[in-house]
Amino acid sequence: MTSVSRAARTAWRTGLHAVPTALGVVVLSFLLLQLAPGDAVDVLAGEAGSATAETMAEMRAHYGLDKPVGQRLVSYLADLAHGNLGFSPRYNMPVTQLIWDRLPGSLMLAGSALVLALIVGVALGVLMAAREGKATDRVLSVLSLIFYSVPAFWIGLMLIVLFSIKLGWLPSGGSQTIGSSATGIAAVLDQLRYMILPTVSLSLFYIAIYARLSRISMIEAKGQDYVRTARAKGLGETHILFRHVLRNALIPLTTVAGMHVGGMLGGSVVIETVYGWPGLGRLAYEAVMGRDFAVLLGILLFSSLLVIVANAVVDVLHGIIDPRVGGNDATK
Amino acid sequence: MSEHFILPRGDGPSLLAVDDLRVAFGEKQPVKGISFEINEGETLAIVGESGSGKSLTALSIMGLLPAGGTIAHGSIQFEGREITTLAPREARALRGGSIGMIFQEPMTCLNPVMTIGAQIIEALRQHQSLSRKAARARALELLDLVRIPDPHRRIDDFPYQLSGGMRQRVMIAVAVACSPRLLIADEPTTALDVTIQAQVLDLIDRLRRELSMAVLLITHDLGVVSQWADRVVVMYAGRKVEQARPDAMFGNPLHPYTRGLLNASPRLGDSYNYIDGPLYEIPGSISSLAGDRGCAFAPRCAHVRAGCRDAVPALATLSHGRQVACPVLLSEENRVTAVDL
Ligand SMILES: Nc1ncnc2c1ncn2[C@@H]1O[C@H](COP(=O)(O)OP(=O)(O)OP(=O)(O)O)[C@@H](O)[C@H]1O
Ligand SMILES: [Mg+2]
Repeated sequence: MTSVSRAARTAWRTGLHAVPTALGVVVLSFLLLQLAPGDAVDVLAGEAGSATAETMAEMRAHYGLDKPVGQRLVSYLADLAHGNLGFSPRYNMPVTQLIWDRLPGSLMLAGSALVLALIVGVALGVLMAAREGKATDRVLSVLSLIFYSVPAFWIGLMLIVLFSIKLGWLPSGGSQTIGSSATGIAAVLDQLRYMILPTVSLSLFYIAIYARLSRISMIEAKGQDYVRTARAKGLGETHILFRHVLRNALIPLTTVAGMHVGGMLGGSVVIETVYGWPGLGRLAYEAVMGRDFAVLLGILLFSSLLVIVANAVVDVLHGIIDPRVGGNDATK
Repeated sequence: MSEHFILPRGDGPSLLAVDDLRVAFGEKQPVKGISFEINEGETLAIVGESGSGKSLTALSIMGLLPAGGTIAHGSIQFEGREITTLAPREARALRGGSIGMIFQEPMTCLNPVMTIGAQIIEALRQHQSLSRKAARARALELLDLVRIPDPHRRIDDFPYQLSGGMRQRVMIAVAVACSPRLLIADEPTTALDVTIQAQVLDLIDRLRRELSMAVLLITHDLGVVSQWADRVVVMYAGRKVEQARPDAMFGNPLHPYTRGLLNASPRLGDSYNYIDGPLYEIPGSISSLAGDRGCAFAPRCAHVRAGCRDAVPALATLSHGRQVACPVLLSEENRVTAVDL
């Protein structure tokens, strides 16, 4: 089977699954959120400090918060069917627009963290496997255990202390220099500088996981019979490492990394907060604090769709790396 | 009797000479000094039970001993050149170039994520400067040579799409890709169905003739030996205990261990036809009993004498290159007739 037809099949299957899954997520979250005490009007009124019971009732009526739960769910779903995610009382903006504004920031952060984690993690794993049992392997093993257990926010703060405050090399927060008039390459470079610390803090945990995982699967793959066959062909060690060992060792890694995509989007809440990075994670946090449930629901829906898409992409990638996956034409 | 016995082979010039090879893993020495020669174009079989050191001997020739294993002593000469001391680069040129090897497990010996074509092409291009296109054309020829039906359609298949027998054919194609002088086959058919076994061995024998290479065939199937080998070396606990032409060995085994082996299929000695029968068991096992002093087979031997446990019996050379490491049987039971066989 060609990878194109496999990709098409995966896309179709994903589409079929996505609708009921997303619907389930929305209904469940909607109902669960009703259990939380207070609503957006409570918070807004509390912040304003001068609201009366009447103005609050007026606001509730305006945002439709006074209707029964069932009715609100039905009208939310009806809006959703037209691609309308509702309106945020807090930001005074349609939720769809809020999310579209924040989505690129989150995707960029999670994406670059994932890429960084994979590259560095695999490189370290390969190195550790090559030096199995030696000093390099042990030191890196201990380091990876440390980064695996230390919370991301602490690492984030420590990196700020070191690189922003002590050394002054990198900005401590935000997403671009305020008031900067840079364009083109300069603007991109400026953004990159702001991305470095959040990306590194988010990826360290995953680097630790991937390093350990690829170390183990490299060691396992090295002992396989086909590696001996490769040697019997007279191939060089580098060639064997990349073409035979690494390729097979990457298979378990794609599965695990695929499961991490969702976690990275979620995990970036902390990092986005520490670095004041304008992404969905921080928006979700603010939405919870402000009881802005429309925003929260929108984010939950979006993230579940992202996870579904990510899983589909991993499926396709997996099929490319491991031909046995999804292939059932052994008897052709 | 098959056609393979019509032409006496194995009298060509020496291709490979292994001399007093010892393989050590730390203190342990699973191969304790083995010597044999393989002449151009012949098939030499090595038989012996599990753990007797057959694979380690083969891997020593390939320079592919498992981690921790070293050649502690002895020499291996290939085409007159010492190959145990080669630089890694030269050793790689030999592997897959002048010496090819196939292994027991066709299911795991091919890389599951590469097409069979890519795995053959990779071997070709390592040793010959071929363009991608030429290498692919050559790979198709090789698939055809090892009788894979429909090579054009199969070349882009992955190993999981092939049966065990087909995979072993692909392994053979990989091993003979660069027309080696010597093909080492370490129990090439043990993992295969009985019906496929004969086909694969036939294929190896045909390639031996067509590519005029020698074959080192490791097996513990005596039926295979009788049908395909020109000479046979019997190994026990890391040493050679007997060496003979198959007809001579089956007609009159001179070592008690060889006798035990032949008893496993009693009619084999009479007819050269392998008949499946209940496996005769020689009492005991190698690992538990092989001592360092004296004959390693002594604890399991029906003919054991007092002297057997004192010194390792020397290999006596008889006529026609026949060798045996048991003075007891030689002196007491076998008279000149046996020796002349
Ligand atoms: N990697 C290794 N480390 C330590 N000892 C080993 C190793 N490989 C083999 N040995 C020892 O060498 C002995 C002989 O091994 P070898 O693989 O050559 O046997 P064999 O004759 O090929 O047996 P089989 O018929 O089972 O393949 C084994 O019994 C084992 O004790
Ligand atoms: Mg073996």
